[in-house]
Amino acid sequence: MRIPRIATPKYKPSDEVDFVIVGSGAAGGILAKELSANGFRVVVLEQGPYLTEADFTHDEVKVLQEDLLTNHPELQPNTYRETPDQTAKRQRAVFYGRLVGGTSVHFTANFWRFHEIDFVERSKIGPVPSANLADWPITYADLEPYYTKVEWDIGMSGLADSSPFDPPRSKPYPMPPLPVKGCGVVFERGARKLGWHPFPAPLAILSQPRPGRSACVNCGFCLGFGCEVGAKSTSLSAAIPAAEKTGRCEVRPNSYVHKIELDAKGRAIGALYFDEKKARHLQRAKTVIVSANGAETPRLLLLSASKRHPDGLANSSGYVGKHLMLNGNGVSTAVFEHPLNDYKGFAPSRVVHDFYELDPQKVGFYGGGGLDARFDMTPIGFATGFLPPGSPRWGKEYKALLAHNFTRTMEVFSHGTSLPVENNSMSLDPDVKDAWGLPALRMTYRDHPDDLKLISYLDARAGELLDAAGAVKHWSFPAAVQNQAFHLLGTCRMGNDPKTSVINADHRTHDVKNLFLCDGSSLVTSGRGQPTMTIMALAFRAADRITALAKSGQI
Amino acid sequence: MTGVSAVWISANWPSLLAAAGHARDQAKSASRKKVEFFTLEEAVEVEAISERILPSDDTPGAREAGVIYFIDRALVTFAKGQQQVVRDGLSSLQALTKSTFPKYASFSQASAAEQDQILHRLEKQSSDGAGGFAIGPTGQSFFGTIHWLTVAGFLVDPDTRGNPSGVGWKLIGREREHSFQAPFGYYDKDYSGWQPAPAPKNGGGR
Repeated sequence: MRIPRIATPKYKPSDEVDFVIVGSGAAGGILAKELSANGFRVVVLEQGPYLTEADFTHDEVKVLQEDLLTNHPELQPNTYRETPDQTAKRQRAVFYGRLVGGTSVHFTANFWRFHEIDFVERSKIGPVPSANLADWPITYADLEPYYTKVEWDIGMSGLADSSPFDPPRSKPYPMPPLPVKGCGVVFERGARKLGWHPFPAPLAILSQPRPGRSACVNCGFCLGFGCEVGAKSTSLSAAIPAAEKTGRCEVRPNSYVHKIELDAKGRAIGALYFDEKKARHLQRAKTVIVSANGAETPRLLLLSASKRHPDGLANSSGYVGKHLMLNGNGVSTAVFEHPLNDYKGFAPSRVVHDFYELDPQKVGFYGGGGLDARFDMTPIGFATGFLPPGSPRWGKEYKALLAHNFTRTMEVFSHGTSLPVENNSMSLDPDVKDAWGLPALRMTYRDHPDDLKLISYLDARAGELLDAAGAVKHWSFPAAVQNQAFHLLGTCRMGNDPKTSVINADHRTHDVKNLFLCDGSSLVTSGRGQPTMTIMALAFRAADRITALAKSGQI
Repeated sequence: MTGVSAVWISANWPSLLAAAGHARDQAKSASRKKVEFFTLEEAVEVEAISERILPSDDTPGAREAGVIYFIDRALVTFAKGQQQVVRDGLSSLQALTKSTFPKYASFSQASAAEQDQILHRLEKQSSDGAGGFAIGPTGQSFFGTIHWLTVAGFLVDPDTRGNPSGVGWKLIGREREHSFQAPFGYYDKDYSGWQPAPAPKNGGGR
């Protein structure tokens, strides 16, 4: 049993609090912090456990095989199909953090602001065949103050104005970048030779200590793991403690919300959830905010169907769960002559954004992205998947390769856009149920052809870079349809028109006045592969908007 | 398993255990002599397989890392879904051994080169095949399961559930510490600091 760090209030489910927030991740944690600081009484219902830094470990089996931090495929199964005419098959399709802090606990902390183009791409380039590309109802300028707030409030390291492609910013980063790694040095060397513009990776990782949190100690167990020293700026390390400190916010773990309840007039009255013992409760609240992630938020709305909302709550547009975007990604792995020792330190070290805005007329497809230098493989993952293709899989030679390559291997990661395609979705599986008897998440996904062309393009640039950097050997695999989801975006998109969006620019659902949604599902476009900073910026902005509405009696 | 081989195993078991006892935590290792999932006979066979996957040569291999204990524990915990695959696989392995080298009653009795021959055949029969990207034991063949668990038992953080002697990390050059300071390796030790590059001509569109 966890000993709370701070004595926090305990509300009864029957207490009508100001806000109940479903989910404590990148968006839910920020909203809890901001709304409680603004004087509101808040209950956060988190389906996962409340772990602390002391519970985190470098045991790859416990974290990655036993799902210490993630949704468990036996308890909450998923199904997947490529297109809607197929019957989905049971497989592990969706990965997210299932604990207080959500997916932010185990993320890479690669924090790129979206650029101006990401908000207005539809106007700029026109329609894209087979995609439902749209402009956002807000612009980069609307979100800029909140990006700055993310950087200063939760703590980021980076070097302002080091990328000539960066959008305007109102303030520098609060602390300098982390020390360069070997992968970053060779990446920088290669990129410079090609005339590109490498810059230090902006990271939600502290390079200097903050109260109660250490600077990064370069342990190397970063992506996929929880940070034992609080250096990673997650909802758990940087937002939840501040929310609890207000004395007005209760974070209630092991609380699995399965329905938003409405009254006869159609207003939300609270969230129905299962506690640890599977007993059901209704947490009453004046306003409900769902920040359960881009898979679970639409699922919860679909699970909340009623006579008044036969196709799912807040789904008059039919858009709930649709236009799922996962971000395209590709990995180019390289071996160098001398030890990089890239297992020391956080994952990404250097980035290029020279390909952020590609001209469709020139390249023949829509999209854009970035490359980063990293080594995100922990020892078991490395030995079971990161030797050159065709390497012996066992025996003396295999062992010799492990001994030689582990310290000499790095990756260039390609990150790119996903187009919003209506058929790509999160929905309820008609057959498979979870351990609580609720319909399982069903993912339908086939990357838009342009998304795959983009990744092939970026992987080719990564190959050029690695050649220029002097890699002894490098390889990548052809871009393929993604049947596993990590970035969960676009499934309850924001917009001004209730016919073609689920929430408005204030994150309020068009259909239910006191129901708000804020997380990856709100995104209208996918950005270039690093959505969490934008999710946090949206949450800071949403908190301001919702506070103004609540204080003026408009909810 | 014949009576003859059972005698052979009981005669050799102490040496197998002793091999695992190079560990820093010798006491800890000794307390884990008991296997939970395997019979002792089966443990000898599985250890023989893992020894061919990561052989002991001029550097320690699976045996010195005590991988058999990790595999045994895995099969009653996170990899318990693979129990039947492993039991069936052990039968197939012995059948394959007898059909390839009739003179041996069990796989572990064959020479290293002969064991490799058998394992190559076994691997070919398995659906996951050579070079398959495996993120865990679940859903894999017998060979794939033992392979993944062997590698995992060799390379798991030595301060947690396996590899108590840390030989796996030593082999791959992963220091035991969990806190490091720059410079980290060869390429960053003379890094002169980040400098801006000439501004792009096209503002980013290409």
